[in-house]
Amino acid sequence: MNLQRPGQGDGDLLRVEDLSVHFPVMGGGLLPRRIGSVQAVDGVSFSIRRGETFSIVGESGCGKSTTAMAVLRMQAVTSGRIWFDGQDITTWGPDAMRPVRRRIQTIFQDPYASLNPRMKVGAIIAEPLEVHRVGDADARHRRTADLMKLVGLLPDMAERYPHEFSGGQRQRISIARALALEPDLVVCDEAVSALDVSIQAQILNLLMELQERLGLAYLFISHDLSVVRHISDRIAVMYLGRIVETGRRDELFSAPRHPYTQALLASAPSADPALEAARSSVALAGEPPSPRNPPPGCRFHPRCPAAFGPCSSRSPSLVFEGDSAAVACHLFPPQA
Amino acid sequence: MTSLLDVQDLSVVFRTERGALTAVNSVSFDLAAGETLAIVGESGSGKSVTALSLLGLLGEAGRIAGGSIRFDGEDITRPGAGRLREIRGNQIAMIFQEPMSSLNPVLTIGEQVAEPLRLHKGLGRAEAMAAAGDLLERVAIPDARARLADYPHHFSGGMRQRVMIAMALACQPKLIIADEPTTALDVTVQAQILELLKSLTRDLNSAMILITHDLGVVARYADRVAVMYAGRIIESAPARDLFAAPRHPYTIGLMGSTPRLASGPKARLATIPGQPPDLAALPSGCAFAPRCPHARELCLSAPPPVETDAGGRRLACYGHG
Ligand SMILES: Nc1ncnc2c1ncn2[C@@H]1O[C@H](COP(=O)(O)OP(=O)(O)O)[C@@H](O)[C@H]1O
Ligand SMILES: Nc1ncnc2c1ncn2[C@@H]1O[C@H](COP(=O)(O)OP(=O)(O)O)[C@@H](O)[C@H]1O
Ligand code: SF4
Ligand SMILES: [Mg+2]
Ligand SMILES: [Mg+2]
Repeated sequence: MNLQRPGQGDGDLLRVEDLSVHFPVMGGGLLPRRIGSVQAVDGVSFSIRRGETFSIVGESGCGKSTTAMAVLRMQAVTSGRIWFDGQDITTWGPDAMRPVRRRIQTIFQDPYASLNPRMKVGAIIAEPLEVHRVGDADARHRRTADLMKLVGLLPDMAERYPHEFSGGQRQRISIARALALEPDLVVCDEAVSALDVSIQAQILNLLMELQERLGLAYLFISHDLSVVRHISDRIAVMYLGRIVETGRRDELFSAPRHPYTQALLASAPSADPALEAARSSVALAGEPPSPRNPPPGCRFHPRCPAAFGPCSSRSPSLVFEGDSAAVACHLFPPQA
Repeated sequence: MTSLLDVQDLSVVFRTERGALTAVNSVSFDLAAGETLAIVGESGSGKSVTALSLLGLLGEAGRIAGGSIRFDGEDITRPGAGRLREIRGNQIAMIFQEPMSSLNPVLTIGEQVAEPLRLHKGLGRAEAMAAAGDLLERVAIPDARARLADYPHHFSGGMRQRVMIAMALACQPKLIIADEPTTALDVTVQAQILELLKSLTRDLNSAMILITHDLGVVARYADRVAVMYAGRIIESAPARDLFAAPRHPYTIGLMGSTPRLASGPKARLATIPGQPPDLAALPSGCAFAPRCPHARELCLSAPPPVETDAGGRRLACYGHG
């Protein structure tokens, strides 16, 4: 398999190879024992270059957050490798990880839950600087004020508590905190999903602006196709723990190849009545099965309108065509 | 014109610790049989309260402070309108975002779907259970009859929403109010549920009020759209007209803020600066004025009146007066 092909080399900031995360399912009884496993992530590979936005899109439970947690080394991996800036960090301990942690930061969906309600906003933003002992108190204070300005908050808001801010402003606080240590990679897990559309637009614009100014790379996770289409350079579509298709944003949206990608695009209505009227009705039936007992063969085959011979028994692997587009579907066999 | 539902100047006020709060402010709209009206707007704009007021479900703290709601020609806001309960139970059905909160966790799905059939239609136990099985089949629950004995927690979110739709359809309502019915669901399941609602309302010739914050859903399913901001409908129009040429600065901003599937390359979204106002401290003029790029002196004086044009568009904005 040529999984490492896309952009392997200098530009790769993060490379994930054949990552699997399986959770044990314990049976009842006096002595609980493992009776199965949830294959939350199963053989996922991708890479992210410096300064680019790579998105993972898919429906709930497909393994997006688990992938992110594994990249952040907050979730043990069952198998596979995680490379950051040329080094295999898969098994690094806390001491070795310390400098890496500075360079990978996160923004989560719920700014309410991720900000300590008893800390003032200035202290929240400065905390990573203190943990990593960056500068003296004065320097940290100045840096905090700069960060607040950077994300569109007034520095004199530093003395307030999180509950005094709206949802959008709280997400700005999370972003300022994430940027404190000048990371190279920011993992955004449903970072704009809880926001109303006008506020969401403000935050999306901010993220794109910061990327240009600071050269950040984003691992952007979302279930919202229009948001992903808007912000991404490259996209991976996940279904039941696996990447079923990946490619550059425009390729993927204008010519989706995997039947699941096609169904996903057909299901998401566009804010344009003329397009909607022209569209045939929605094809995909059923709901995703449980990752605890994933279907054999192609995991999508029970719902796939195009399923044929090999689909129910053989698992299709992700086959690259060119340097960025890949699809895992028996309709697109590897070219000999 | 014979409308099924005719809402005029409806206002809803809540008593709160911080004083009276006008959640719905002089709202007017009407709806013909078989028509789908979408109500859009951001959270807190008054969409759900509008819906709840139609059903008389405002609770202790809320009351209708003005205006009228006529359903099938009858004013259902008048206190003591004895038919209100009957209308609510039989002719207007409501579907909520989170079906789990409307289902009883300790009763089987069959018992819950059969119950209203026994109450309202006087069916016997066995008959009602058979009819419940038919209903679940109509909403395309696989293996419907076998699942009558299951409890709600055995059902996925999408299947629970199908059950709610089955219950709503049991009495063949003339009006279905669906408040964010698919917001909690995944996109492929959302599409299935909305298609189901569309085909069933078409079969019954029911009207539908579809509350959503998703302009894509509006574009696909609505005949007409009402846009709410801070408790008021600031613009309403046939869906095609609204998308082709939004006129209120807030509607324009909302559309600019929405990332489009069919949009071009990595561009900035047009945004609306600031955030929605606090309903307990509304500005004296147009509530949108503090965020509006076109606001002028006049806009700050009093809320703009609603003007209706020949195409049926209603607009509350001085900028286009
Ligand atoms: N700690 C855990 N223990 C057991 N199962 C888990 C755990 N975390 C996630 N899962 C399961 O793994 C699958 C993937 O979850 P997740 O990565 O959160 O999906 P997504 O973020 O795409 O919605 C789901 O079926 C979920 O229930
Ligand atoms: N029971 C209540 N008591 C006090 N205020 C309420 C109550 N229900 C709703 N409100 C307020 O009314 C406004 C409109 O709410 P709602 O109609 O739920 O908005 P949405 O458009 O998100 O559905 C909000 O400011 C909300 O806080
Ligand atoms: S009335 Fe004035 S302030 Fe309000 S939206 Fe129209 S132009 Fe803007
Ligand atoms: Mg997740
Ligand atoms: Mg609501």
